[in-house]
Amino acid sequence: MTVDSATGRIRRYSMGERVVHWMAAITYIYVLATGLAFYSPHLYWIAAILGGATTSRFWHPVVALVFLATLGWMLKSWIGDMRITATDRAWGRAMKHYIENEDERLPPEDRFNLGQKYFFWVMVWGGLGLLISGAILWFPELIPWSLRFLRYGAILVHVACALITIGAFIIHVYMGTAMVRGGFTSIIRGEVSPAWAKMHHRLWYDRVAGK
Amino acid sequence: MANLRIQKISGHAGTVPGQGTQRQEQVAKLIDTTICIGCKACEVACMEWNDLPFSETTFNNTYQTMPDTAWNYWTLIRFNEHVSEDGPFQWLMRKDGCMHCADPGCLAACPADGAIVQYQNGIVDFQQDNCIGCQYCVTGCPFNVPKFNPHTKRVFKCTLCSDRVGQGLEPACIKACPTGCLHFGTKDDMKALGESRAQQLRDHSSFANAGVYDPPGVGGTGVMYVLHDITNTEAYGGLPPNPRVPWSVRLWKGPLKWLGNLAMVGGLIGVTLHYLRYGPKQVKDESPGGTA
Repeated sequence: MTVDSATGRIRRYSMGERVVHWMAAITYIYVLATGLAFYSPHLYWIAAILGGATTSRFWHPVVALVFLATLGWMLKSWIGDMRITATDRAWGRAMKHYIENEDERLPPEDRFNLGQKYFFWVMVWGGLGLLISGAILWFPELIPWSLRFLRYGAILVHVACALITIGAFIIHVYMGTAMVRGGFTSIIRGEVSPAWAKMHHRLWYDRVAGK
Repeated sequence: MANLRIQKISGHAGTVPGQGTQRQEQVAKLIDTTICIGCKACEVACMEWNDLPFSETTFNNTYQTMPDTAWNYWTLIRFNEHVSEDGPFQWLMRKDGCMHCADPGCLAACPADGAIVQYQNGIVDFQQDNCIGCQYCVTGCPFNVPKFNPHTKRVFKCTLCSDRVGQGLEPACIKACPTGCLHFGTKDDMKALGESRAQQLRDHSSFANAGVYDPPGVGGTGVMYVLHDITNTEAYGGLPPNPRVPWSVRLWKGPLKWLGNLAMVGGLIGVTLHYLRYGPKQVKDESPGGTA
């Protein structure tokens, strides 16, 4: 049942998708906050708020694994919607209009627009980089001295991937809460209005509403 | 130690309290590998003084106590069989342990406030109360010195007996050495003593390449070696010829940090400016179901 017959509102995210999204959000924010505490002495106080630096160090990789599990779930269930298409490329060329709120000058998009797809793939590939480098940083004693270059690489890959996901995360939170009105409700209640769907995801609207 | 002034603190925002209020001599240990007999008195003295629980020895067909130093075994004589180019067999014995670098990579890499300090006299000391067990120091060290205790999740290494030195005593290993292979004093004195010994080896003992190991890549070390052959440090059980703090640690703690801070703050300012300039995307259509 995609369109509610009583209200006319359209189901955009299933209960499962919303639960996993918020699990990802909470775990990412925890890992981000503890990671920032280790990133800079000027942010070390964050660890104090979160129960001390030793506790933060202990839970950072464990909670990160939960985040990565949610990321894996999203990859599995959204990969079909996240492929970058010819429509996306046309939309990408007109992205200036999206930034300047001239949405009527953009080609219609399907369930996710190119920006959302970029965010998704940045998180997936960034998450993979963080997982591999993080595993090395978690158990450095298992890396033999002759392979120490792996540790040297891991610290750079870990911080670089973290910074890239932070950049994407800032934009994602800004757009989801402040910029795209209705977006935040959609990931909480799972529904959008037909007008919202038509404006932001015309091809998806046509598909699900049977137009 | 209360009477040792601190000059560097790991993971510390702001200035170092009390830095430079009192001058203290740089101290150093000089290890003359040419007269070490491999008796291991230093190993025992280290365990005794620091009250370290003993771990099992591992026999690997040498006289070496175990393959590597451990969280509870801070100094270890490495036994290396070496055949010189002109024939003679030599046993190279090197007392391994923390080198107390003037520019310590462990301290540079450590994110925990006060977990690693460098005293005014040059001793680099781990403060396990502040250690968070991340082991970044292991990555920062070019000598593979810091060792992790998986049970307490803390990292340990030689303290250069900072507790003894703070009271005007020599480190325990120095006190125990029966051959005079180990010396302790000011850095300048130890350097001079080492150089004169190397000169003696070159002039009178046919070790033409004898020299003092005080690697400049880490700013010099508070533990120096007299080696029979300074050009072949690797023969002494993996002593790096030119140790440096890994460049990736330098990049990570230097330019990358500023670039990252700039990007994060820039991102926050950017989205704020975007909102002020363009505002939200409103859905204007008033069809059934409301605007959103």
